[in-house]
Amino acid sequence: MTVTKNYETVIGLEVHVELHTKTKIFCGCSTSFGAPPNTHTCPICLGHPGVLPVVNRQAVEYAMKAAMALNCEIADVTKFDRKNYFYPDLPKAYQISQYDQPIGKNGWIDIEVNGETKRIGITRVHLEEDAGKLTHVEGGYASLVDLNRVGTPLIEIVSEPDIRSPEEARAYLEKLRAIMLYCEVSDVKMEEGSLRCDANISLRPWGQQKFGVRAELKNMNSFRSVQRGLEYEEWRQADILDSGGEVVQETRRWDEATGKTVSMRGKEEAHDYRYFPDPDLVRIVIDEEWKARVRASIPELPDARKARYMSEYGLSSYDAGVITASKKLADLFEESLRYTKDAKAAANWIMGDLLGYLNANNLELDDVKLTGQGLGEMIGLIEKGTISGKIAKTVFRTMLETGKLPQQIVEEQGLVQISDEGAIRAIVEKVVAANPQSVADYRAGKEKALGFLVGQVMRETKGKANPTLVNQLLIEVLKSQ
Amino acid sequence: MSVLDLRLRELHDRLAGGELTVTDLVEASLARIRETEPVVQAFITIDEEGARAQAAELDHQLKNGGERGLLFGLPAGIKDNIVTDGLLTTCASRFLSNYIPIYNATVMDRLRAAQSVTIGKLNMDEFAMGGSNENSAFKATRNPWDPERVPGGSSGGSAAAVASRQVYFALGSDTGGSIRQPAAYCGVVGLKPTYGRVSRYGLVAFASSLDQIGPITKNVEDAVYVLQAIAGHDPMDSTSADVEVPDYTAALTGDVRGLKIGVAKEYLGEGIAPQVKEAVLATLKVFESLGATWEEVSLPHTEYAVAAYYLLASSEASSNLARFDGVRYGVRAENPANLIDLYRKSRSQGFGAEVKRRIMLGTYALSSGYYDAYYLKAQKVRTLIKQDFDQAFEKFDIVIGPTAPTTAFKIGEQIDDPLTMYLNDICTIPVNLAGLPAISVPCGLADGLPVGLQIIGRAFDETTVLRAAYAYEQATEHHKLRPVAVGGAQS
Repeated sequence: MTVTKNYETVIGLEVHVELHTKTKIFCGCSTSFGAPPNTHTCPICLGHPGVLPVVNRQAVEYAMKAAMALNCEIADVTKFDRKNYFYPDLPKAYQISQYDQPIGKNGWIDIEVNGETKRIGITRVHLEEDAGKLTHVEGGYASLVDLNRVGTPLIEIVSEPDIRSPEEARAYLEKLRAIMLYCEVSDVKMEEGSLRCDANISLRPWGQQKFGVRAELKNMNSFRSVQRGLEYEEWRQADILDSGGEVVQETRRWDEATGKTVSMRGKEEAHDYRYFPDPDLVRIVIDEEWKARVRASIPELPDARKARYMSEYGLSSYDAGVITASKKLADLFEESLRYTKDAKAAANWIMGDLLGYLNANNLELDDVKLTGQGLGEMIGLIEKGTISGKIAKTVFRTMLETGKLPQQIVEEQGLVQISDEGAIRAIVEKVVAANPQSVADYRAGKEKALGFLVGQVMRETKGKANPTLVNQLLIEVLKSQ
Repeated sequence: MSVLDLRLRELHDRLAGGELTVTDLVEASLARIRETEPVVQAFITIDEEGARAQAAELDHQLKNGGERGLLFGLPAGIKDNIVTDGLLTTCASRFLSNYIPIYNATVMDRLRAAQSVTIGKLNMDEFAMGGSNENSAFKATRNPWDPERVPGGSSGGSAAAVASRQVYFALGSDTGGSIRQPAAYCGVVGLKPTYGRVSRYGLVAFASSLDQIGPITKNVEDAVYVLQAIAGHDPMDSTSADVEVPDYTAALTGDVRGLKIGVAKEYLGEGIAPQVKEAVLATLKVFESLGATWEEVSLPHTEYAVAAYYLLASSEASSNLARFDGVRYGVRAENPANLIDLYRKSRSQGFGAEVKRRIMLGTYALSSGYYDAYYLKAQKVRTLIKQDFDQAFEKFDIVIGPTAPTTAFKIGEQIDDPLTMYLNDICTIPVNLAGLPAISVPCGLADGLPVGLQIIGRAFDETTVLRAAYAYEQATEHHKLRPVAVGGAQS
């Protein structure tokens, strides 16, 4: 699939993020994931006759926090509106959302693609309730309704049409996800549906101001499928335009299995949601004091942290970017620096052994037991020569699996490096005496033979001999004979 | 004379003195229902078993000298749009003909705390839409003063049950006059509290920004006690006001000296029956004799109130009633072809004509392209109407006028003419739009049918409204008249 270079791609994203409040946005039911169907429900979220919503202030604060982290202006007065449509996953037949007075608007985030930084505008951030979940029974004779998710607080983050490629779209989503994690307002897991993304995409000839006709893409369940769906759609629209056709304004569904998008509904089938202010809820006035309190709760965000790691610790832009993409990873890094001054070493262990291990085993950071203290102290042991870099790899693996501190691991497993010159010299002499052929080879100028002899010494010491000393003493012994 | 005719305090004295039991009261209520219900037809559900069990429990408490609540032992009827846990709640709609709620309305919890006894659920216009009870899916309640006539609505069952002494008091709901107008037609007292004074949690919503629950009683004193029991902030209702509830018995003085009364000019103009106007103007002499003063006052935007109301109330209703889709509760149409068909059939079969009319009206008003011209414009009118009252209350303590333009009309007389029917609410609707408290008290008969005087007050100043109503009532005999259905004589 090749994309023609005749058109400029214009993309805007609508991202829904579930806020992980303990209880739902308008009732006291739990929001936890994975409960048996319809057990986290009450008359209010079931939409029984006569019930009324009462807004969860924590949800409002989380939405404020997220909007602030996305550099939005925060409304002084915000309100809820009803979005009316019939569907079995929506018990009231209206979704309580925000129409013309969202909590936040006019924000932005910076993304980095191919080493260049680009600013993407955020049109608005608003608060709303989630709908339930339908499972369509095979054969199509019935749909099963689970209303546990109804009333889970969501924020909808609408971007400006500033995104120019599927790659940028992905970078935007990754940055958004990182910011949400830093703010600790959501666990943003796309596979559990706590982050969902719809995309608007259109093409236009280079230089044209007016936007082309757009398609809205739905049903993309991973960052990868967002990128793939957009790439497919770029190709599909370009193909239509190249052949002189016109793109139809419609909603299309991404099909992961076939790798294609298919039409769901046209413009004329679009809903009239008949928004109007929800008379059951009162306006929310957000005063400066409240704003200041929420603002103070926002931690240092990934961009700021990345800049600091570069200037303070001399990390490369790439390393600082990878570490700060996840708050937990960055927190681990900083925690380790309370126990070692060698930030680069800490970064290397994280970038190499830690991320390598997580990727290889398809794990999250939470799944391993490594602590910042463990990492920092382990680097300290290497510096002091207590363990070798090689042994450290074993220690590191043990820390990942057990969470024990390095000193304990070293003691338990007898991994302390042998740095005693006399002890090593004795072994070196023994190895030299036992391998006359290698000694002869070395003297004949075969450097490789030295490596063999070092290996023999390490074997004798079960890898615990200080490698620098082994080298030094071997050469000394060989030369003196 | 039935024990149900005793004044509240005497009744409580007799209960305390052991001369009377709650069971006696409940049995008197049930007996009166048996006797009058064939004509009046006020009830949708009569909960004899529940009422008797509750009476036995209260009698047990009485014997053991427990605390007695404000409404101890009083047989109460509840409008069938107020949710009662475990007891059928239909809103007089076919749609909910099988709906047994799984929770209680806040007012029901408050009544339980005040220890009244729920006798049953009262008829109404379907989903509170209508002013005659003819829109009930189940039955047309009769006016106890003349069974050929409507009791008014939508709380027609509540007013008729109180007027025919089937219950000691009833709860109704008022969106555009639905407590006051039937109270006027049935010759009883009906109070619509300030919007936000009484929790709406568990009131099946018609128009959320206008609905308010209130008491229907034989006299003003009873209204004071019932209001006292149900008023107050409810954390389950964001629109319920966190405003302190005063001791309303302070209103029972009979003293209105110096009270400044504005007489609403627009409520006495065209379309108001001459005898109604006469009866209302006659009340001014009474107030004068009690030391109050009055002047005419203009509420210039009144003529737009009905139009604005039917846009706003119907818009909200179209959304509020969307949850009745046949999926989770209520009646579900059989053999639907698909999801849309399930919705269409269930709603076509479940709702009556007037409800459908208002859902369509509201859906239209909220539609894209019409929203500004209808919904938004109507909201602006609402603001102007509020301002009319603000100005009037700068000068006056209360504003009075008739509750309804005419007395009760005949069953079937207006049912095919919704516009005329809507105009019956001309004097009550502006009060809901402004969110104010107002009461209807009997002020005489016209051709043997009761006329209601409406007294409107400042927001959260139910006390002044009740004080004026009580003083007027005590100075006249109107509230002592009894309907024909319970042995009264037409004068």
